[in-house]
Amino acid sequence: MVHRALPRLDRDNRAFWTSGESGELVLHRCQSCASYVHPPRPVCRTCLSENVVPEAVAGTGEVYSFTVNYQKWHPKMEVPFVIARIQLDGVDGVLLTSNVVGCDPESVDIGDRVAVEFEQHEDVFVPVFRRVAS
Amino acid sequence: MSGQFAYISGVGQSQIGMRLERSPLLLTLDAVNEALSEAGLDISQIDGVSTYPGRSAGMLGFSPIGADELIDALGIKARWYSGGMEISSQLGAVVEAAAAVRSGMARHVICYRTVYEAAALARPDEYPMQRRDRVDNYSQWLAPFGAISAVTWTAQYAMRHVKKYGLTREQLAQIALTDRANAALNPRALVQESLTMDEYLGARMISSPLCLYDCDRFSDASTVIIVSAGDALDEVVCQPVRIAATAGSVDRLSWDQAEWMACYATGRALWEQTDYTVDDVDTVQLYDGFSFQALAWLEGLGFCGVGEGGNFIEGGKRIALDGELPLNTFGGQIGAGRLHGFGFAHEAVTQLRGNGGARQIKAQPTVAVATSGGGPLATALLLTRD
Ligand SMILES: [Zn+2]
Repeated sequence: MVHRALPRLDRDNRAFWTSGESGELVLHRCQSCASYVHPPRPVCRTCLSENVVPEAVAGTGEVYSFTVNYQKWHPKMEVPFVIARIQLDGVDGVLLTSNVVGCDPESVDIGDRVAVEFEQHEDVFVPVFRRVAS
Repeated sequence: MSGQFAYISGVGQSQIGMRLERSPLLLTLDAVNEALSEAGLDISQIDGVSTYPGRSAGMLGFSPIGADELIDALGIKARWYSGGMEISSQLGAVVEAAAAVRSGMARHVICYRTVYEAAALARPDEYPMQRRDRVDNYSQWLAPFGAISAVTWTAQYAMRHVKKYGLTREQLAQIALTDRANAALNPRALVQESLTMDEYLGARMISSPLCLYDCDRFSDASTVIIVSAGDALDEVVCQPVRIAATAGSVDRLSWDQAEWMACYATGRALWEQTDYTVDDVDTVQLYDGFSFQALAWLEGLGFCGVGEGGNFIEGGKRIALDGELPLNTFGGQIGAGRLHGFGFAHEAVTQLRGNGGARQIKAQPTVAVATSGGGPLATALLLTRD
């Protein structure tokens, strides 16, 4: 992968993109109905409560779907690599797009167990996932 | 009855090419002139303009001409106009125009989509891309992971079908093979060569399970659909096509939060607006920026069950030009070029009028479905020749 486009940090997204500094993955969560709110916003789309705050989640989960990307979309991009939608443990209603790293891209499958780790780029901590034993 | 409905009168299209020298405004003019000529209308009778997504300043090739610019450039006396991205995908511009003529805000609306992606990519000095140092909005949830092309987003929906329902490459290939066979009969199509199964299976992967031939190609072209009021049809000389029903939706404006692409909800919603059923449909023109989208539309519209799309198109006979449900008879975007949504409505009207030439469906179709988008946004049109 090497080259990553980075997010512009703002009021709503800063917690998500910087919490990796302390090794934790955080998502916004409604304190009224316990729904997760992602992308992060100051209102719950389930119950319209404004009591929504960033909260640490387990950081483990499984591959919900994936693709192996072979196309070099950018001169600095190293291919192939895996793009996956991750279903996090205990987090209903959120699918996190990320990468599955540290393995043969062709070996990834739906249902693979994964755990989060963070890559720091400037002030951003990008959450990526590595396969773990199930 | 005609007064209650909106109709498509003229349709037009410029040449479709790659790296064309003719400017995008003049390509738009070519399509406008062809549509006006078919309808027997003069530009002075046009009183509305509608487009998607409007001028895209940061990426001019994607959409170089805004509605207000076209109004100014062609001297259109518009009483009503609309151009923007926050509608239910490309053919949402036709839905908006239909609402405008039904409510009396306009009588004849030029709806258009002009693309100039191949030329702009080749000549960045003429069509500079806006450089961004960081990404935001929904790009921020995808681009940091190298998921910068829609093929990588669509591929993950396709992969669910491969793993959950057993969709095979041979089955999915039928979309591209059908598109390319039909494109060979369309003199305007960007790609004129048909495609074999062996070539498809041997193609390099772009983003698994989607290979090179599952993707449409950047092109330079303009497509125009004129939407006319039912009580203005006496001014029109061509066979009017009725917009019998429309549906459009967005649930999550996102390529990753939604479990199902929007074509499923939109497909179901279309039939709630009409007494027609899927059994009445003679031809489908389904968005195929990536082949899998057309397959998902077949499922979403209810031509087969969820997960059954692969079996439905297996062997390709059913969706062939001489099959029971001809698909993308102009070549789709995979064969004809990335017209971005409008090509599907253009072709539905062409077929309903019997103007398809070498690619005309033999038994004159009277009911067609045209769609655009299908990922986070989707639009479906039910078009009839009464
Ligand atoms: Zn809530």
